[in-house]
Amino acid sequence: MSAVTTDTSAEKIASAKARQARITGAVLIGLSLVVLFLLDVAAGQVATFKLSRPRDVWVAPDLVVPGAFNTVAAALLAFLGVRQFLRGGGRWTSLSLGIGIALVIVAFLVWATAGKSFSLSGMLQATMVRAVPIALGGLAGVLSERVAVVNIAIEGMLLAGAFTGALMGSLLGGWGGLVMAVLVGGMFGMMLAALVVTFRMDQIIAGVVINLFVLGLTSYVTSQVFAHNRHLNNAEIFRSWKIPILGDIPVIGPMLFNQNLFVYGALILVGVTTYYLFHTKGGLRARAVGEHPRAADTLGIDVYFTRYLHVTLAGMVAGFGGAWFTLGSVGRFDENMTGGRGFIGLAAMIFGRWHPVGALSAALIFGFADSLQQKLALLNTPIPSEFLAMAPYIATIIVVAGLIGRARPPAADGKPYVKE
Amino acid sequence: MTDGKDLQKVNEDMRKLLARAAFGRGNFEDLFVVPVFAVVAALVLGALIMLATGVDLPTIGRSFVALAVGSAGSLNAVSETLTAAIPLVLAGLGLGLGFRAGLFNIGAEGQLLLGGTAAVVFTFSFPSLPFPILMLFGLLTGALVGAAYASIAGILKATTGAHEVITTIMLNLISIRLLEYILRQPYIQREGRADPVSKSVPDAGQLPRLLDWLDPNLRLHAGVFLMLLAVAFVWWLLFRSKIGFAFRASGANPDAARYAGMRSGLVIVAAMATAGALAGLAGAAQVQGVLGRASPGFSAQMGFDAIALALLGRSHPVGILFAGILFGGLEAGGRQMQVDAGVSIDLISIIQALIIVFIAAPLLVRAIFPWGFRKITKGGKA
Amino acid sequence: MDVELRGITKRFGPVVANDNVNMMIRGGEVLGLLGENGAGKSTMMNILSGLYSPDEGEILIDGKPVSFDGPGDGIAAGIGMVHQHFMLVPVFTVAENVVLGVEPTGPLGYLDLKKARAQVDAINKQYGLHVPADALIEDLPVGIQQRVEILKVLFREADVLILDEPTAVLTPQEVEEFFAIVNSLKEAGKAIVFITHKLHEILAISDRINVLRQGRITGEGDPKTLDEAKLAEMMVGRPVSFTVSKGAGTRGRVMLEMSDVIMLDVTDERLLDHVSLKVHSGEVVGVAGVQGNGQTELVEAITGLERVASGKIIFDGEDITHASVRDRHRRGMAHIPEDRHRDGMISPFTIAENMVLNSYYEPTYTRGMAIDWSAVQETAAKYCLDFDVRTPSVFLPAGNLSGGNQQKMVVARELERQTKLVVASQPTRGLDVGSIEYIHARLIDARDEGDGVLIVSSELDEIMGLADRILVMFEGRIVAEFDNTDGKADRNAVGLAMAGAHQGAAA
Repeated sequence: MSAVTTDTSAEKIASAKARQARITGAVLIGLSLVVLFLLDVAAGQVATFKLSRPRDVWVAPDLVVPGAFNTVAAALLAFLGVRQFLRGGGRWTSLSLGIGIALVIVAFLVWATAGKSFSLSGMLQATMVRAVPIALGGLAGVLSERVAVVNIAIEGMLLAGAFTGALMGSLLGGWGGLVMAVLVGGMFGMMLAALVVTFRMDQIIAGVVINLFVLGLTSYVTSQVFAHNRHLNNAEIFRSWKIPILGDIPVIGPMLFNQNLFVYGALILVGVTTYYLFHTKGGLRARAVGEHPRAADTLGIDVYFTRYLHVTLAGMVAGFGGAWFTLGSVGRFDENMTGGRGFIGLAAMIFGRWHPVGALSAALIFGFADSLQQKLALLNTPIPSEFLAMAPYIATIIVVAGLIGRARPPAADGKPYVKE
Repeated sequence: MTDGKDLQKVNEDMRKLLARAAFGRGNFEDLFVVPVFAVVAALVLGALIMLATGVDLPTIGRSFVALAVGSAGSLNAVSETLTAAIPLVLAGLGLGLGFRAGLFNIGAEGQLLLGGTAAVVFTFSFPSLPFPILMLFGLLTGALVGAAYASIAGILKATTGAHEVITTIMLNLISIRLLEYILRQPYIQREGRADPVSKSVPDAGQLPRLLDWLDPNLRLHAGVFLMLLAVAFVWWLLFRSKIGFAFRASGANPDAARYAGMRSGLVIVAAMATAGALAGLAGAAQVQGVLGRASPGFSAQMGFDAIALALLGRSHPVGILFAGILFGGLEAGGRQMQVDAGVSIDLISIIQALIIVFIAAPLLVRAIFPWGFRKITKGGKA
Repeated sequence: MDVELRGITKRFGPVVANDNVNMMIRGGEVLGLLGENGAGKSTMMNILSGLYSPDEGEILIDGKPVSFDGPGDGIAAGIGMVHQHFMLVPVFTVAENVVLGVEPTGPLGYLDLKKARAQVDAINKQYGLHVPADALIEDLPVGIQQRVEILKVLFREADVLILDEPTAVLTPQEVEEFFAIVNSLKEAGKAIVFITHKLHEILAISDRINVLRQGRITGEGDPKTLDEAKLAEMMVGRPVSFTVSKGAGTRGRVMLEMSDVIMLDVTDERLLDHVSLKVHSGEVVGVAGVQGNGQTELVEAITGLERVASGKIIFDGEDITHASVRDRHRRGMAHIPEDRHRDGMISPFTIAENMVLNSYYEPTYTRGMAIDWSAVQETAAKYCLDFDVRTPSVFLPAGNLSGGNQQKMVVARELERQTKLVVASQPTRGLDVGSIEYIHARLIDARDEGDGVLIVSSELDEIMGLADRILVMFEGRIVAEFDNTDGKADRNAVGLAMAGAHQGAAA
C-alpha cells in the first residue's frame, strides 16, 4: 500500500478540466466554420460603424472595417479551437471562449453591416438603456438570494412597478409615480417574504403565484379601467439628462452620461449594494443568513427579519426597475409589457455570480442582444425578425445551462428556515 | 424451526402490520377543507378587487350570478364548462406529473402552442386520410411535438443542471415568436390572409362533437373521453407503474432516489417528455376540437392556468380532474360575466392565482380560518 | 460565574425531552454531562443558551433568576455554546465568523475587519489557540474549525462554555490537545460543561459528572470514585459492556478490490488519490479517519454514485468500474448510507415503499410494467418482523419512525437480499445504545455468513470494536493499515495515522 507520488497514467485520468477544454475547442472550431461560411462577406465590401453623430461636439471618425476581417476572425477562432484541443486546460479555456464569442459578435456585425453603415454609439446607448430593467431585476435577485430567498417573482414585481408607474405617474406626475412604483414593488417583496418566511410556502410556487397574480391584476385593471379612462394611463416620462462635458465624449458619453434617471439610478444602486453587501455590518449579517441561517440565529441575528427586510428591498429595486418600462420609456402601460425581463434578470444574476457588479455586466450583455435585434431589423438582414427577437431568450438559456455548476449560489438558497 | 404457536404469532403480527389505517381527519382537511376554503377566500377577494376598481355592488352580485349560471346553469353552460376543462385537465395532468417528479415545469404554454400547431399542420397536410386515423394521428403529432419541446428543458436540466423554471419560461417566450414565424410561412398561412393564421383542420381531423344532435351550438367534443382516459392513465402511471415509482421517489427525495439506483437524468427527461406530451395533447385537442386552426396566442394562457390547476388538484390525477372542471366553470362563467356584467374576464386569472396562494400555503388558510381545523400539535425531537 | 438550573422541564408535543432537571455549573470547574443519543442533553443545553425556552423551571445566574427569549440572550448573559455541528459560515474568514453579530464598525455601518483581526489575534495569543484570522473556514481542517467556535464564544466574553460532543471530530492526539485548551480555560476561571457519550473522556476531563437518561438526571458523582461500568449502567439503565461480541471470521476470496482509484472534483482536485484496497469474504474492514478525508468519496466510488477518473474496481472477480448503482446492487452489494435521512429513505413514503426503494423493479414485486403492491407490502411486513422495526403498520410514512427504527428499516432493506458485500457508512451515528448493539450484531452476522463488510466510521471506538482489519484515510489516500483480528490494534498508532503521520503501514 505504498502511496504513488508520481503520475504514470496522467493522460488516462478523466479530468473535468480536460473535458471542458475539449468541449470549448469543439465550440470554437464550430464557430469558426459558422463565421467562414455563414458570415462570409464579399471581397471589397466594407462595414462602416459610426462612432458619433454629425452634430456632436467632438466628432470621432467612422470605424471602417473591411470584409476580410471575417476571414481573419475565422482563422483566429480555428487557431484558438485547435489550441484548446491539443493543449487545453488551465486558465486559457474561459479566456479563449470569451475572446471567441467576442470575435463572433464582431464578425456578425461586420457581416450584417457590410456595404452599409451602422451607428455603433447609438447601439451602445440602446444597450445601456435596455440593460437597465435586467440589471435592476438581477440586483433584486442578488438582494433576495443573498438572504437565501429564491425570487422568481421579480417578473411580477417589475410588472407591478411598470403598472403603478403609469397609473400613479398619470395622477401624481413622474416623481409621484416613481415613488409609488418603488413602494408597490416593496409591497410585493414583503408579500413574497410573508408567504415564504412566515407561511413557509414553497419559494418557487410563491414566486410563480405572485407573477400570475400581478399579471391578472394589471391586465384586469387595464381592460376594466384603462380602456375607458385613457387619462389614467398617460404618464409624463423622465427625459434623458446629459451630464455636461462627460456626455460629449464620443461613444461612452452617450452610453453613460446622456441618459435618464433610470440609468443613473441603476448604476448608483449597483455601487451602493456592492458596498453594503461586502463592506458593512448589515451586509455581513445578510450574507451569513443566506449561507448558514442557523449559525446566524445562534448569534442573535434575526433570520426572519433579515429575510423580510432584504426581500422587501429587492421588491423596491424591482419596482424602480419596473417603472422604467413606463416612466422611463413610453409613459403608457400595456398588458404583460415586461415580456420576461425579470427572468432574464434572474439569469443575469446567475451569470454575474450573485454579485451586483456581475449582474450589471451580464445585464449589459443581454441588453446588447436586445438592442442588436432591434437595430438589425433596420439593416435588412436575411434573418427573420422573429428569430432576432428570440436572441435574448436563447442567450438566457445558454447562460443558465452553461454556467450552473460552476457558479456557486448562497449555500442556503431556496431553503426555508424553521426556528427550533 | 418454529412450532405452530410461534408461527401463529408471526402470522398475527404480519396481519397487524398489513392492516390499513382508517382515513384520518388530517387527510380530510388536507384534501377537502383546504381547497374549499381556498376557493371561497379567492372569490371573496375577487369581489373586493371589483369593489376597489369601482364596480358597484349590484354589478358584483350580477357577476357572481353570471359566473354561476354561465358555468352550470344550463346544458349549454355545462357543455362549455367541460369543453374548457378538456385542455386544462390534459395540461394540468402533465404539470402534476412533473410536480410529483420534482420538476416545476412552467413550460406547458409553449408545449401546448407548438403541439397544437403541429397537429393543425399535420391534419391539413394529409387531408386524404380517413376520419379516425387523421384525427388520431393529429393528436399523436401534437403529443410528440409537445414532448420533444419539453425534452429540451429536461435534457438541459439532466446534463447541465439548468433550472427548469428559467428554461421553460424562456422556451415559452421563444415558442410565441416561433409560432408567429411559422404561421407566416406560405405553406401554413391561410390563403388570402395577411395576419398569421393557419389553414383549417379538415373535417376528418376534427374531434367529433358529441351533443350537436341536441343543439348545433353545443361544443362539447370527443376530447372529453381523451381527458378521462388521460386521468386514468396518469393515475396508473404514477401509482402503479415502475417508472411512476421512480418519478415519485425522485420528486420526494432526489438524493435517496439516486442512492437507490434510480437514474435521475432519465427520470427528469422521461417526466418532462410525458408532461410535454400531455400539454401537446391539450393543444391538439383544443385546435382539433374547438378552434379548427392555429393563431398567435390560441392557447389563451391555458398553460399557466394549468399550473394553478395542478396545485389545486394536489398533483393527483383525480384532484386535477375536479380542479379542471372547476376552472373550466370559472372560464365559461367568466365569459358570461363579461357579457352580462361587463366585468373583465381577467378577473378570473386573479381568482385563480389567489386559489393557488391559499392551496400552496395551508398555514395561511389555517391562519385565516382557524375554526375549520383541528389544533396542530407541534411535533419535535427529544 | 455560577449557573443553576432548577426544575427544568421541556416538552415537544407528547415527548418530554427534559423532565424536572436540576443542575449546578460552577466557575473554574469542568462539569461532565453524560448521556446517550436522545437522552435530552442537547435540549438541555439549547435551553441554557437561550435557543429554546423551558416549559417549567428557572435558570439562576449567580443566584439571580434570568429569562432568555432568544438565542442572543444566553450569550449576552455570558453563556456560550460550541455546537456539535459547527455554526460557521464556510465562505467567510475566521475573523468574519468570529465577529458576526458583534461587529466592530466605523461610520456608515462600515465593517472594520482590521480591528476584528486584531481582536481575534489577541484572544489567539491569550489561550494559545493558533487560528489564522484571515483563512476561509472551508479551507481549515475540522479540528481548527472547532477552535474557531471556541474563539467565537471567548470573543463574546462568555464565562460559561458549553461544549457539545466536541471530540467527535478529533483524532485521539487532537483530543489531548483539546483537553489542554479546556484546562487552560478552566484555569482562567471559566465554567465548562462538557457533553459527551464517551465514558473514558468524561472520566479524564471532568471535575464532576451528571448523567442524563430519558430526560432525567439519573446519576451524579465524582470521577475519582466512578468507573466506566458504573457510568454505563447509569447512562443506559442496565449493565452494558460496549464490546462487540464476535468470533474470529473465516477469511475467504477477495470480494472487492480497488486498484489505483483516483477521483477528481470539478476543479481537478483529488478527492481520492491512488486508493487501493481489498475486502475479503468473511472479513470486516474498517475505514478510520477524520471526517472529510475522502471516506465519503470512497463509498461513492465503490457504490457507483460518482464516477472515478482512473483506476479499477473489481467486485467478486468482475470489473464494475463503470457499472451503474443499480447494477452493483443487483450483483449483491448492499449500501447503508452515511446520512440515512437524506440518502437512505424517503420520509413521506410508506415503510413498505421504502423497503423496496432499490428493488421495486425485481420480478418478485412486478407484473409487467406495474408494481405488485400487495407482494411489496407482505415482504415489508416480513422485513419489519425480522429486523425488529417497531411500527404499528407498514402503511405509515417512514418519517414517523424513531431514528433507531429508521436505521433498522434501512439495514433490513439492504441485508435481507442475497448480498456479497456490505458497505456501511456511519451505521450507528445518532442512535441509542440498544439500536447500536442490534446493528453491530447484524453486521457481524453478515460477515459470518460470508459477506465482505466495509465499515466507514468517524467513531474510532466503533472501528476498533468491529473491524478485523483497519485502514486509515488521510487527504484522500489510504495511509496506513492495521491488523485488528484480536481487537488489539494500537489505538495510538491509528490516531497518529488519522492525523497524517506516515507510519506503520504494516499488514
